[in-house]
Amino acid sequence: MDHIDMQQLKSGEVNLGTSIMAVQFDGGVVIGADSRTTTGSYIANRVTDKLTHVHDRVYCCRSGSAADTQAVADVVHLHLQMYTQTAGAPPSVHAAAAIFQKFCYENKDALSAGIIVAGWDKEVGPSVYNIPLGGGLFRQPWAIGGSGSTYVYGYCDATYQEGWGRDETVNFVKNTLALAMSRDGSSGGVIRMCVITEDGVERLFVPGDKLPKFWEGREVLGAGKTIPIDSGAVPMAVEA
Amino acid sequence: MTSIGTGYDLSASTYSPDGRIFQVEYANKAVENSGTAIGLRVKGGVVLAVEKLVHSKLLVPGANRRIQTVDRHIGMATAGLLADGRHLANRARDEASNYRELYRTPPPLKSLADRLGLYVQAYTLYSSVRPFGISTIFGAVDKDGPSLYVVEPSGVFYGYHGAAVGKGRQLAKTELEKLDLASISMRQAVLDAARIIYLVHDDAKEKEFELEMSWIGDETNGLHLPVPKDLFDEAERKAKEALETFE
Repeated sequence: MDHIDMQQLKSGEVNLGTSIMAVQFDGGVVIGADSRTTTGSYIANRVTDKLTHVHDRVYCCRSGSAADTQAVADVVHLHLQMYTQTAGAPPSVHAAAAIFQKFCYENKDALSAGIIVAGWDKEVGPSVYNIPLGGGLFRQPWAIGGSGSTYVYGYCDATYQEGWGRDETVNFVKNTLALAMSRDGSSGGVIRMCVITEDGVERLFVPGDKLPKFWEGREVLGAGKTIPIDSGAVPMAVEA
Repeated sequence: MTSIGTGYDLSASTYSPDGRIFQVEYANKAVENSGTAIGLRVKGGVVLAVEKLVHSKLLVPGANRRIQTVDRHIGMATAGLLADGRHLANRARDEASNYRELYRTPPPLKSLADRLGLYVQAYTLYSSVRPFGISTIFGAVDKDGPSLYVVEPSGVFYGYHGAAVGKGRQLAKTELEKLDLASISMRQAVLDAARIIYLVHDDAKEKEFELEMSWIGDETNGLHLPVPKDLFDEAERKAKEALETFE
């Protein structure tokens, strides 16, 4: 079986080049994403919402093929509605993630979908599950995904700490995504975030001209200082 | 028509004029003729016990068990047709396995009882099949704690603190009502279960019977297991003693 290659998507397929992220904290989870959708080099949508509702307190961050991840999220949404009706109670985040994982694993040859499932439930409180390309299922305190995530693993490892509150976690997500979006050509636009707690889901928005700024480079050659010429220097005499 | 009565009892898909389905009521008769099965939902778990009537001295002890395991944490005891009980157990195992496959988590008994209720009810709809001749007591310890359900031949199911089905159910129920089920320990529940089974057994009509007991809860680390031999023997001995003082 051939492995799935993100570069080998069907030609013309709408792709979520994407930087996505989810982090748990004491009272809930913060999820976030950029807003860029591309077909090749063309930005098909610059204000995409990649944070997708699957239940009252369970959301997913989608990366990979827009069509595939929308379809999978729709099927999971259906299953969770059925679950709620038959069980008479909302599903756990784990149950939701398990359904995502089942579809991603069983159709791994046909799908290109990298999904992060996050939310809050009565049994375990906040939790984050990562479902990368092959259809594995991993519970993590924080997860990043999409093409932009490769640029910011080091930043996350160096920055993340346990015991953060809501505001620190929101800042961490915002900064990480801004860094990923600035380096990754397939990510960009605005930052969308959700804070999911027992009480509800709060949506946060950072416009493209209000993104946190970091070191953005400096021109070394061309502009700036010219090489000084020692006025005392005399051209070497050339004998005729 | 006169030779076959009114004709309303020939099929489970025919109502009588007053809205009854006789085939389902006959299925309940099959349950009433069976040895008693009881279930106790107590503080730390669930205890199941069965009065298994032994029809022949030639049978090997422990044959034709009426308590079965559905999942690691779910057990069931049946009263009625033995073969129907085994079929429903297999169906219950399939349901439990499907639930695990989809949600990657142990099925809560409520969900399982719901599915099996639907299954049993479907056998009251068609002329080509007969309803289940069993009442089943399901016991489990799941995410919501200990739970106990009974599925009847009609397909209805109820949750209970203590349940009794089969021949001696009336007496068993009055005995169960005397217990403080919410606060007794699993070990105490085993002693009470054995005592009740011995009490309701009518040795004027039925000579031989075997006691079957299983439990799920704190004492078994949440698994459905037979009651260990030392406790079983103690319970049986005390049950026989109690019988002498009772009468």
